[in-house]
Amino acid sequence: MRWSAEVHVRLRAGIADPEGLTIAGGLRALGFETVHEVRHGKLLQVDFDAPDPGSAREAVASMCRRLLANPVMEVATWELRAIDEPGEELRLA
Amino acid sequence: MSAPRIAVVVFPGTWSDRDFGHVAGLLGWDVRLVWHRETDLGGADAVVLPGGFAHGDYLRTGAIARFSPVMRAITDFAAAGGPVMGSCNGFQILCEAGLLPGVLLRNDHLEFRCDWQWLRVERTASSPAWFGDLADGDLVRLPISHGEGRYYAEPAALDALEADGRVVLRYTDADGTASADANPNGSLRSIAGIVNEGGNVLGLMPHPERAAEAEVGGTDGLRLLRSLERWLSGRPAVAERRL
Repeated sequence: MRWSAEVHVRLRAGIADPEGLTIAGGLRALGFETVHEVRHGKLLQVDFDAPDPGSAREAVASMCRRLLANPVMEVATWELRAIDEPGEELRLA
Repeated sequence: MSAPRIAVVVFPGTWSDRDFGHVAGLLGWDVRLVWHRETDLGGADAVVLPGGFAHGDYLRTGAIARFSPVMRAITDFAAAGGPVMGSCNGFQILCEAGLLPGVLLRNDHLEFRCDWQWLRVERTASSPAWFGDLADGDLVRLPISHGEGRYYAEPAALDALEADGRVVLRYTDADGTASADANPNGSLRSIAGIVNEGGNVLGLMPHPERAAEAEVGGTDGLRLLRSLERWLSGRPAVAERRL
């Protein structure tokens, strides 16, 4: 089966995020005065094969732990979908 | 002994390799530039990972460099007690490769900072290879040049580093006082350089190779390299394990 994982990587809570602070300042300058905080991160889309949902979840967890996020400073969360064709979303895993 | 043999590692995007090579040449050392795909260090006495932007700093600084074939040879060399220095991007690579603890984050002010910086030398006994010619409390003035130099580790890890005497360089002002004003990137506890448990692996954000000739503004960087030379002269060469 083919799978698509959307992996979100963020700085861990409590670690200063100067890019987020700067973006929050920009939003306030535009008049979005109710903005309390922005946390900045990155999004990675990983398209891969795995035989079943369990092994797909295990693979994404391992990818995050071993490369996509540095656990010293970052936390990764992800959404996983089974796909038939690249780009086509069929069902949630 | 014969002149030290130094391996200067070159990743795609490394930019300080020739500066290190130039300075090692001035000292009369035998310099070998080692491409990142090589798997042995050519019998080097010491290894330098220079500054730059290895593999474009993609994903995170240093994150992709750890997959370069040469990193296995460097890990073995370090484990055998061989002296390794990672400067700037080299420090970031050593952290991502797990040879040093912690991580270097985006500077707190978001600027790329290129400047001369005062640093206080501490705990020299922890690292005779790199600091044997310096004394605790010595001040050195070295160039910094980075956008991601904010040292971070968890509080318990920082306490352990301090307790073990592994924080060897701190950002200070010209009087040797560490403060928020003298800290160029927001590093926790003003940390600019640390060593591993054995003291043979040094990571530092400043560039010693850019302070090796009076004509370019200072020679304090030579003090680390002369320490290495003296240390090497008093010990047998590290036997390199070929992979």
